Order: sequence, then C-alpha cells, then structure tokens
Amino acid sequence: MSTRMQTPTQPAATELARPPEAGRKRRAVRLPEQTLARNVLITAVLALILFALSENFDPFTNLRLATVAYYFTALAGLTVLTGLNGQISLGHGALMAVGAYSTAILVGRSGLPLAAALAASAAITALVGVAVGAAASRLRGPYLAGATLAFAIGLPGLADKYPSAFGGENGLTVSPPTPPTSLGANFPLERWQAWISCACALIVFLVLANLLRSGVGRSFRAVRDDEVAAQLAGLNVARVQVLAFVVSSACAGLAGGALVVTTQLAAPGAFQLSLSLALLTGIVLGGLGSLTGALWGALALVYLPQWSDDIAHDFSLSTNVQSNLPLALYGIVLIVVIVAAPQGIQGALHGIVRRSRARLRKNPATQEGA
Amino acid sequence: MTRFIDLTLNGISNGAIYAAVALAFVLIWRATRVVNFAAGGMLMITTFVASSVISSSGSYWLGFFVALAAGLLLGAVVERLLIRRVEGGPPLNAVIVTIGLLILFEAIAGMIWSNTPRSFPPAFSIKGYTVGSHTYLFGPFDVFTVLAVVGMATALLVLFRLTDLGLMMRASAFEPVVARLQGVRVGNMLTLGWALASMAGSLAGLLIGPQVFVGPNNFDPVAIFGFTAAVLGGLDSPLGALVGGLILGLSLSYVSGYAGASLVTLAALAILVAVLMVRPSGLFTSARARRI
Amino acid sequence: MMKTRSRAMLGVASCLTAAALVASGCGSGGGSSTSPGITKTSVLIGSHQPLTGPAAPGYSEIAPAAKAFFQYVNAQGGVNGRKINLIYKDDGYNPTNTVTVVKQLVLQNKVFAIWGGLGTPTHTKVVDFLNSEKVPDLFVSSGCPCWDDGTKHPYTFGWQPNYTIEGKILGQYIKNNFAGKKVGVFYQDDDFGQGGLAGLKQQLGSQIVVAKPYQPTVTNVAPQITAIQKAGAQVLVDFTIPAFTALERLTSFKLGYKPQLAVSNVGIDPTTVGGLLKAFSKGKANTALIEGAITDAYLPSPTDTSNSWIQLFKKIHDQYDAKAPFDGNVEYGMASAYTFAQALKNAGKNPSRQDLVDAVEKGGFTGPGLVPFRYTKTQHGGFGGGQIATIKNGQIVTQGQPMVTDPGGGAITVSNMKQAQVGDNGVVKP
Repeated sequence: MSTRMQTPTQPAATELARPPEAGRKRRAVRLPEQTLARNVLITAVLALILFALSENFDPFTNLRLATVAYYFTALAGLTVLTGLNGQISLGHGALMAVGAYSTAILVGRSGLPLAAALAASAAITALVGVAVGAAASRLRGPYLAGATLAFAIGLPGLADKYPSAFGGENGLTVSPPTPPTSLGANFPLERWQAWISCACALIVFLVLANLLRSGVGRSFRAVRDDEVAAQLAGLNVARVQVLAFVVSSACAGLAGGALVVTTQLAAPGAFQLSLSLALLTGIVLGGLGSLTGALWGALALVYLPQWSDDIAHDFSLSTNVQSNLPLALYGIVLIVVIVAAPQGIQGALHGIVRRSRARLRKNPATQEGA
Repeated sequence: MTRFIDLTLNGISNGAIYAAVALAFVLIWRATRVVNFAAGGMLMITTFVASSVISSSGSYWLGFFVALAAGLLLGAVVERLLIRRVEGGPPLNAVIVTIGLLILFEAIAGMIWSNTPRSFPPAFSIKGYTVGSHTYLFGPFDVFTVLAVVGMATALLVLFRLTDLGLMMRASAFEPVVARLQGVRVGNMLTLGWALASMAGSLAGLLIGPQVFVGPNNFDPVAIFGFTAAVLGGLDSPLGALVGGLILGLSLSYVSGYAGASLVTLAALAILVAVLMVRPSGLFTSARARRI
Repeated sequence: MMKTRSRAMLGVASCLTAAALVASGCGSGGGSSTSPGITKTSVLIGSHQPLTGPAAPGYSEIAPAAKAFFQYVNAQGGVNGRKINLIYKDDGYNPTNTVTVVKQLVLQNKVFAIWGGLGTPTHTKVVDFLNSEKVPDLFVSSGCPCWDDGTKHPYTFGWQPNYTIEGKILGQYIKNNFAGKKVGVFYQDDDFGQGGLAGLKQQLGSQIVVAKPYQPTVTNVAPQITAIQKAGAQVLVDFTIPAFTALERLTSFKLGYKPQLAVSNVGIDPTTVGGLLKAFSKGKANTALIEGAITDAYLPSPTDTSNSWIQLFKKIHDQYDAKAPFDGNVEYGMASAYTFAQALKNAGKNPSRQDLVDAVEKGGFTGPGLVPFRYTKTQHGGFGGGQIATIKNGQIVTQGQPMVTDPGGGAITVSNMKQAQVGDNGVVKP
C-alpha cells in the first residue's frame, strides 16, 4: 500500500540487495527508477489505452468513460487529503460545485476557451480551498466532518440566494463543447467529451503520482501519522494541512469543470450532500490513500447504481419494491464490501497479489531444477 | 415584539428536537467513537413502526412506547451485528458502513411503507395558546416536546451519574481496558449505549413526525441539523447536545423569520464555523491535550 | 523498487480491467431504419421520473399510471396496430442523473420519443440535447413557461397549464370576487412559485400585500406564515406542492389564522393533501382544513364518478395499477398518456419522429381536459387555462366557465370547448 513508509534506496544498492536469481526469469521490461520519468511513461501508456478505448466505444459508453474520468479526478484529490493527510472532508461535493459553476460562468458568460476555463476553475476552487483549509486546519475528526458537512449543505444555498448570477434552482446550462475542426466534421461529441474528461484525469494522475513520492507527500503522511512528531521535525502542521486541502480542492474543481463539459449543466440539485457522501464512499471503497483505489472508487460510483438498477429490473416486482431495490442493493454492497475488505478493493487486490507471491516464493527449491 | 416571541418559542420547540437527535449522536460517539450517519434512518424506521401501530390499534401512546422500545432494539441490533465488525478498524470504515445502512434503511422503508409520506399524529393539540388577541406559535404539543426531551435528558443524566450501570458505561467508553479488568462487560455496555442513543433518536422522530410527515427521506434534514447541533455543543458532552440544539433551533428560527428561508442552511454553516473557530472541539469540551 | 514496479504494473493492469468493465456496459439498440424505436407492431418511448428521493411522494405515481393506461390501450389493439411500450427511469430529481438516464434512453435504448419528463430543474438540462438529436420531447410534466417555445425548442411540448396562466386565472377570480381584500402569497422559491406569483401580480397588482417564499428542503414554514398573518392578508394564495399546502394549513391552524384559501392545482389534490392532514383531523374529515379553498382545475375531479373519463381511468387503475391510491397524480398520468396516444394516432400509419411533432403542432386535441390546448407551430404550451373550482366536502367541484389565456399580458377569455367523451376520438374504447 502506498501508505507504508518507503526505505530510501539508490539504484546501486538495489542491485546489491537483490538476491541471486539463478533460476528466475528476467523481466523483459524495466520501468525507470526516476519517479517523474516513470510516472510520465505510465501516464502516456494510460493515455494510449484511453484513446484506443474511446475510438471503439459507442457514444453512451464514451459518456460513461467521461463520467468515470471526472469522478476519478475528484476522488484522487480526496484520497490524497483523507488517506495521505488524514483529514476527513464531507464537503468535496460543494467544491466540485465551485469548479462546475466557475466553468459554466467562464465558458457561458465570458466566452473563455475551454482549457483556460478549466484551469481557471481549478485555480478558483483552490482559492476556496485555502479558506476552507485554513478553517479546517484547526479542526479534527468529527468536528472537521461536521464543519465540512455544513459547508456542503450551505454552499448550494448561494445559488438560490443569487439567482441572477447562478441561475437559481434551475442552475446554468452550458452548450456542449464543439470538437475542433481539425478532427473532422463528424467527430462524435461524446468522444470529445470523453477526451477532455480523461485529459483532466490524466493530468491529475501525473501530478498526484509524483506528489505521493515527493517531499510534499511525505510531509502529508508525517502530519497524518503524528502531528507532534512532525512539528518537532520542523513541519508547519497548519500549512501542510492547508496545502493538502488546496491540492484536493483544485482536483475537485477540475472535476467539477469536467462534469459541466460532460453533462452541460451546473445546478444545485446535482451537488447535494449525497454527492459528498458518494465521494467519501468512493475513496474508502476503492482503497484509501491510493490512486488505483480512486480508480476503483470511480468505477464503483458509476457502475454500482447501474448494476443494481439492472438487477432490480430483472425481477418484475411491485412498484414500491422495484423503485427502491436499486438503492437497497447499493447499500448492501457498501456494507458488505467494507466489512469484508476493510482496506477497500485495492487493499484486497494487493492482499491477493501478496499472498499468491508469498505462496510462489515458499517453494523455490522445488522449482529451481535441483 | 410578538413576532420575536413567536420566533423564540418556535425556535425552542424545534431546538428541543434537534437536541434529542444530537443526544443520539453524542451517546454513540461517547460509547464507540463512531459518527452514526444512519441515525436519521433509524429514527425514521421507528417512527414508521409507531405509525403502523397507531393506525392498527388506534392508540397513540401504545405506538409511542412501541417506537421507543423499537429504538432500543434497533440500536442494539445494529451495534451487535454490524458496528461490532468495524469498531476496531479505520474510523472511516464505520462511517461508510453507517452511510450504507442509511441508504439501506431508506430503501427498505420505501419498500414496506411506500415512498408516499403519511400523516403522523401529535401527542397533544398543535393549536397555539391564545393570550389576549394573539395566538402564539406554541401550544400543548410544543410544551410536551420540550418536556419530553428535557425529561429524557434528565433520565439519562441520572442513569449516567447516579447509577452503577451508568458508571460502568462511562468506564467502558473512557477506559475499556481498565473497565474490563474491573469485570465490566464492555461489549454489552457499548451495545447498551447504542440502544439508548437510538431510543433518544426515536423520541425525536415521534416529536418531529407531525411536522415533517413520515416518509423515507423526510427525516434527513432533522438528522443533519441534529449532527450539526451535536458538533456545535461538543460530541463528548450530552449537555452540549442540549445547548447546541437550543442554539441552533433559535438561530435558524430568527434567520428564517428576519432574513428569509433561503438563508437557513448558510446560517447553520456560519454559526457552526464561528463556534468551531473559537472552540475547535465544540462548546463544551473536556480538557485538551497540551499542544506544542 | 520491486514494490514500486509491481504497484505500477498493478496500476496498469487495473486500468485494463477497468476498461473491460466499462466496455461491458455497452448496450444494444433496436428499432427500424427510418426512425429508431418504432416497428410495425410496437413503439418504444422513454421518460425520466423521480421514483425515489425527496421529490418522489406523489409524483412517483404518475409514470406507473401512464403505463397502466398504455397497457389498456395495447390490450385493445394499440394505436394504429402498434403497442406502446413505456420505459421510465429514476433520476431521483437530480439533474445529473436526468442527463445520464435521458442520454441512455436516447443513445442506448433508442426510444422513439420522450414522454412526460418530470421536473423543471431536471428537464431543462436535457432539452437542448433532445432537440439537437431531434427526439420528440412530448408533454413535459412541469408547468414552466420554458417549454412553450416552438422556435427555440421545436421538439419540446408542455402539457399542464403553465404556472403564470394559473396565476392569472386565480388572480382574476380573486380580483372579481374579493375586491378590496388584502392578498398574501405563499410560494415555492423556484419557477413554479415565481411563475405563479408573476401571473397573480399581473391581475392583482397592489392588492398583494405580502409574498413569502419557501424552500422545499426547510419544512418549518412558521416564520413565513406568521409574517403573512401579521400583514393582515385576508386571502391567502398557495403556490405550493401538496406537502407544503399541508404544512401551511397546519401552521395556520396553529396560529388560529383563517384566511380565504386559494391553491394552485399542483398542490390541492384532496386525496394527497387530506392524507397528510389525516392525523390532525380528530374525527372530522381529513380535508377539513382545505374545505372551501379555491383552485383552478383543468381535468375532472378524480372523485366525480359520473364523468365518463373518471370511470375509464378508475377501471384501468383497478385493473393495472391497483396498489396506488386513485388520486390526482394517477389521473394526471393517464390523461397525459391519453394525449400521447392521441398524438401518435394523428401522426399517421407509419409515423416518423417528425410526423409525431407535426401531429402535436396541428393540435385540435380534445379529451379529458376542460380547456383546449395551446399547440401551434410556435406555441408548445399545453393546456391554455383552467376552470375555477372549490373544495366542497373534500371534493373538487367546478363552477363557472373554463377560461383561457396566455402566459403574457393577454386577456382572459371564456373558452367554449366542450369536454369530449371517452371514445370520441377513437383512441380508446370505454
């Protein structure tokens, strides 16, 4: 798990430390040792995979891909905040709303190009994150949860209070982003939306994957593990916590912008408390503190309601049962997965990989031709 | 002036209900260090149970006490069967489990009783008292609401402070290892804590049912306000729950009355942030650890 | 280092597995080559509805009722030999979900048309999509004037009278019958309430002394009602959903405040409101607190068993939708379904999507409605008015004449359309 402390290694030391591998197959591909290079390579590979997928998907599945991508963007930021830095936030749905409304206003009213609007939205949300983070740095545990929950509930009220600016209950509609003419006249809109959303996700992945391994990431973990020790080591705890909030807010803001691109809407009804709770559910379900966990969480958030809906429709039941069955299944799955896999899906997978590797390692004598 | 009195009385009545829900959160937090997001769902189920009993038997008080008993039972069952499994692990896991439980409860209620909200009778008349020419926003049912919550809080206070059982419960929450060494069945005390908390929630449901109607999603706002009140007052302090509920009820009533309904949720946020900035662990906190 | 590499490998492998999962979500299509969703023997239509969540009460009955109506029509041979299949998906009144399910209905299920999408904040988010995809978007379940724009949204049509029209009709009645009395308005703080208030203001002007909005998420309405009472309003107009009509009634009862009540048809259904007031009536009728209230009706009262339409709807309800209460929501669903079946019939033997839209624009529909529709090439509004009714003994009893008007500054005139009888249009046999 990425939350474990890393023993500092250098390339030479690793060579010496590796045991003799007389009978073992050499891995054909070796990833670079440098963090940045490695992550850039992984990002490039992922980009290629996503490109290939989006070429082959039908429009609706491309929309699903875009949805998974923007959920990943938000979840990645949140898992860094909560998993790495130990601050619980029930308000990230509201931060997504800030990003969404910013994008909607910048694109719709000011006619800014999309890329600039998305970047600006992330920046605006990061600014809001400074304020929220500053307040949050004084709070711990359930008090932080309560304050961020109040934030999640209170903020959408602004849309109703200033209907001329924010469109009130109906919110703001944004016209769909037009693909550039260089891609051809018939380039499907949904694929373009998927590309934009995936681009945001890949950028966030690259930045956070590097951050996890950097000094900043270590300072996050240090503050989470023991505030007093971190302070004694010279870290400014409050500043670290605010930084974590800012990073996760920027991700949430970008995700909100991608949401606007995908759904063409920014309305209070889309950013209720249930969204914040869903985000929290996503990171825990996927595996706290890991980016792959954020991916599992994003998939779960998009596909779990879909699957429970499909299963419910397979039975023909009375209306009451039929309309509530998807929710019941969703709740049951949440409970069962957390109880069965306390480290989330990523943790469970990691455990399986580790156990099977241990089992293989247990019988080296019988395998190396004696 | 009468408007101010009306809003104050309205605030006290609502505040009592928020206080009851806040008590539910506080009791569970003190016992098991879990924020019970399913509190709103649990009190919704017990109120539905009361509604069914009242419709079939015709007796309000039978339904009332059945709901309280159902609350005890439901709290115990949830703790034993579910929370027990996540109590030792990462704290967020318990939160997610309670969120899943909330969704499940709301879905089950929709399946059994349908999504159409039903009318819930008040224990006494809701008609306001008339003094002179003005009918106040406070009637026999509001008096009952305040007295019931105060009564329950007092009963719990007596239980915790003056009985052996209460001492055992407090010990189990504060120092489980030492308590075990003294022969206290800590597990049972935790279950009892959940049961009492759930009962407090049931009372809140019975008191606010007439005002919000009984439906799967109708108790979410009161649960959220109850949690806010609990955080406001300090999650470790039952007195804080009462005070927090009162403050929240009064403030929201004044804001709604003088500034407009659309500002209510923003006002709740502002109040909570204001209090937490000054007292990061709520109004009534125990001694804080020394910070460097 | 091994850890990092294996983690990265795991990451890439996860992404590939994830992709496989996403790909497995691909759906299947269906339908003929001319317009999707229609074959020689069936036509597929879709809808988005709040089946769960805070907006579900009451509204969740509409789509099952419509489905029941279509089942009855199908049992009689369908429309032009085609059975009507309605798929409705739950959006929980969350606009993001609305966008997802509607795109799913259009792109995956390939429906022929959308019927009865419910809610203003929800449906406004899919109107542009449906119009750009040229999908007929018939009879939105909302009275927002926004659907009434044949130039901007040629494929979208409203059905129920829009809120401003309602406000005008109620306002005119109050102006004529309660001249000089102070009027207070209690309204929902969105298109519904604000539209109604605009119509009322047009007719009543300064007779309105106080107007207080409410948020559907805050059930404590005492601050607003006390303010209205304090301003001395002798007539109170509620532009409220049933839950808030009930809350207003209970608060007024608490305060001993007894104004003359007028309520939008959205919030007056006696079965629904009475059900919410039941526990407070103590032996008297459930609807005691709304007795004498004025409203504007555009359909016959669900309790009017002498009406041929109510007899038909009740028969269909008892056969196909018996679990639901027989109330205004069920009647709404069936009446709207009737209009859809009628439009489909008028669209011809082999209709394309454009044929369906043209059929609605041609208009001339008669049915259970008390007033005519406002359907032309440019007007896509739905019912053009209503008839004043009063709650007598818990039932909606119409009086006077049906009136029609427009959402703008147009005059209010008497309509001379007579209500059709069941079987008149050959859509359904009694």
